[in-house]
Amino acid sequence: MFRYKLPPWLLLLLPAIIVLAAVVMLPLLLSLYSSFTPYRLTRPDSLFKWIGTYNYEKALTDSKFWAAFGRTIVLLTIALNLEMLLGLGLALLVSKVTRGQRALRTMMMFPMMFSPVLVGFQFKFIFNDNVGLVNNALQSLGITDQVIPWLVDGKLAMFSIIFAEVWTSTSVFAILILAGLYAIPKDPLEAAKVDGCTSWQTFRHITLPFIMPFIYIAMAIRSLDVARAYDIVQIMTNGGPARRTELLWTLIGRTGYVDAKMGYANAMGYTSIFLAIFFTVYFFRKLTSARNELGMGG
Amino acid sequence: MDANRSHRLRAHGLKLAHLMTLFVAMSIICLPGLWIVLNSFRPTVEIMAKPPIWIPNDLNFDNYRAMFAGAGEGGVPVVTYFMNSLIISVTSTAIAILVGMAGGYAFARYRFRGKSAIFVGLMVTRAVPGVALSLPLFIVYARIGIIDTHFGMILTYVAMNVPFTIWLIDGFFRQVPKELAEAAEIDGCTRWQAFWRVEFPVARAGIASAGIFAFLTSWNEYALASQLTRSVTSKTMPVGLLDFTSEFTLNWGGMCALAVLMIIPALVLTFLVQKHLIAGLTFGGVKG
Repeated sequence: MFRYKLPPWLLLLLPAIIVLAAVVMLPLLLSLYSSFTPYRLTRPDSLFKWIGTYNYEKALTDSKFWAAFGRTIVLLTIALNLEMLLGLGLALLVSKVTRGQRALRTMMMFPMMFSPVLVGFQFKFIFNDNVGLVNNALQSLGITDQVIPWLVDGKLAMFSIIFAEVWTSTSVFAILILAGLYAIPKDPLEAAKVDGCTSWQTFRHITLPFIMPFIYIAMAIRSLDVARAYDIVQIMTNGGPARRTELLWTLIGRTGYVDAKMGYANAMGYTSIFLAIFFTVYFFRKLTSARNELGMGG
Repeated sequence: MDANRSHRLRAHGLKLAHLMTLFVAMSIICLPGLWIVLNSFRPTVEIMAKPPIWIPNDLNFDNYRAMFAGAGEGGVPVVTYFMNSLIISVTSTAIAILVGMAGGYAFARYRFRGKSAIFVGLMVTRAVPGVALSLPLFIVYARIGIIDTHFGMILTYVAMNVPFTIWLIDGFFRQVPKELAEAAEIDGCTRWQAFWRVEFPVARAGIASAGIFAFLTSWNEYALASQLTRSVTSKTMPVGLLDFTSEFTLNWGGMCALAVLMIIPALVLTFLVQKHLIAGLTFGGVKG
């Protein structure tokens, strides 16, 4: 009897591979195919018409697409860097506290528990120009008597979205960097003190290199779900006003479901997938090299 | 003497500045959430009042009462949504943990060719944005008829969580010394027994934290759920939040009440495992 035995590691990985193949890879192949067709939800037969790279050409020459693309990149760059800096600051602040650190740590994780949709609604209300918390506070304190159109003006709306995004995700960075700060060995820090380093020098040359891998972990984790910003934007502005805050994800969602142009939406979807994969692979690479520097690789 | 005093003054000043900054930072972190909790006890009229009412003078449980009264008042079947969320999140987490344990064990204990390539490959599937994935999933699910079912959502969330649970559990199994399992095998255990009796108990806390992470992800997910669920038979709470909005009005008080209902389980779970959570993320990442 012929009996082929799978190696144990493959057997163990098989369930994961099957699930991911069925729910992620297969649909993605389908969407890759449909991106070469003029598929519309309302006309199922259009799935079998091959139009080559027409959708891609259309997307690449569409100024709306490029505007959304650029805006997504800008949002990700600003938000991720800001979250990293604020998270670092917050972690340093908390680590210096001598009493009640546990309570502070739990408070710090508060935003992580909020569903992104909820965050969207919350900030939609906080930044509401008429009854929002921010405008109410500014007016009651007498700082301004004008109604600031936080979500109506394009630039301010972008600011509000970044604020909401940073609010939810800074704690991811802060928690991980804090864990890194706890893990720093004490000897080099004491040696630096004896040698007369200023606190800035100690931070720059000892603390920072040590927590770098932790920053990259945080970046890797975040880059795995950057698209969660979709929920926030979708609720807060839905890409408006007049597409001023349209990101790739909201543009794709609108094209696919509202305009029912699935083929075209899938073609644009692929660009956003490549963007996400690029970010993920980049940070995993950085993580590996940072690990090796500390001699933790292997 | 004078230098001493100025030095002490500076130290005090620095400490004060530190505490002030910390206080401001924590306020920004906590206030928006607390505002939601507060508003869930206030009637919508008062929340929307202009000029604003800063000191609430009418706190009551009306929003909660309306919410649990079912479809009659307020019109949102919150209990059904809660059950949907619970069934979908718990089942998908349990499956994701089992699959993740198998996968994590494979990565932690076996050497094979293309290991890091397979690992990054698995991670990349997690990076596919929900919206981009929801389009083809919608088509496929509609074809085979599992759209708007618990099964469809569970399947989706298992796939979404598996890469992350593998990553975390891999890190935890690495912490368990290999010799421990080998010793058990020498003593006559099979590999299977060695796993359940020796390695699993040691890594249990870490596995639990991976589970919480998976649970929170499914509990809070919106982009996929908003497209793959259509009616009360499978709508989850994040999607249910939108039931409080209509074209021009928004029942903000009711929405806050549902939001509180959504946050409480997340809050309790996160506090239970916060220590393991941090350990899991760092070990999984740094030493893996």
